[in-house]
Amino acid sequence: MIINHPLLGPRDSAEFVYLGAATLMDRPDPDTATAEEWHDYGYLRDNPAGPHRELWFHEGGDRSILIVTRNTTTHEITAVELARTVGART
Amino acid sequence: MHDLIPITALGGTTAHVDTIGDTTLTELPDIALASVAARAGQETACGAKLRDMLGADAPAAGKAVFGDPFSALWIGPDQWMISADFATHEDIAAQVSSRFGRCASVTEQTDAWVCFDLSGAGVNAVLELLCNINLLQFAAGDSTRTSIHHLGCLVTCIEPDRLVRIMGPRASAGSLHHAVTTAMTSVA
Repeated sequence: MIINHPLLGPRDSAEFVYLGAATLMDRPDPDTATAEEWHDYGYLRDNPAGPHRELWFHEGGDRSILIVTRNTTTHEITAVELARTVGART
Repeated sequence: MHDLIPITALGGTTAHVDTIGDTTLTELPDIALASVAARAGQETACGAKLRDMLGADAPAAGKAVFGDPFSALWIGPDQWMISADFATHEDIAAQVSSRFGRCASVTEQTDAWVCFDLSGAGVNAVLELLCNINLLQFAAGDSTRTSIHHLGCLVTCIEPDRLVRIMGPRASAGSLHHAVTTAMTSVA
């Protein structure tokens, strides 16, 4: 599988480490979150058969974290973004 | 009074040089290193300081800038590795930090890396056994981080297919040396 890094171009997925669903970026506010919200954040995941936004860490590369939209049934990758630019927008 | 003997990353008192077939691997102990990371919101100021220091724009993603006395490699978004001659820049982190002030975080890296020059006609044949860089497009001034022998290494093209610089983790200097010389033996 090839991941098209936004800065470095196509890279083999062996250079990356999978870090889980991109929803992990949306951490509840520690000052106001309830136990139920922390439970949802920590344990509950969607398991879609289709496009899935997920975090990939370029460990054997520039060490940036990417948000990769990957179809879980075909492995087709339709979008790759830098998590730092997505995080800065939200 | 301490009586300490300086040793290179491979443990010798002089730099290790291996010539196998047409390629030569030369250990480079005389390079001082420091990393520079722009602080949040200070990217423009940091870029201007880099331009002052290098006499050229800071290298873009996947690029290197060679200068005198300072050279720079891009190592990540808003992060660069600065190198200079060890004899005159042993305190490189302090020298670089004083230029950047509060716009960047500077970290001493000299003793964290082992540096090798891999030279000779056809070094791409060695590199293609070691890493998955697209060597057909690996031009002078290109620099990328990649995995060699499961070690995160910085590979810089100085002269295509003739001279590349490989920097890897110093604690694994022997393993990296083993991997590269094994590949050199394979193509010799």
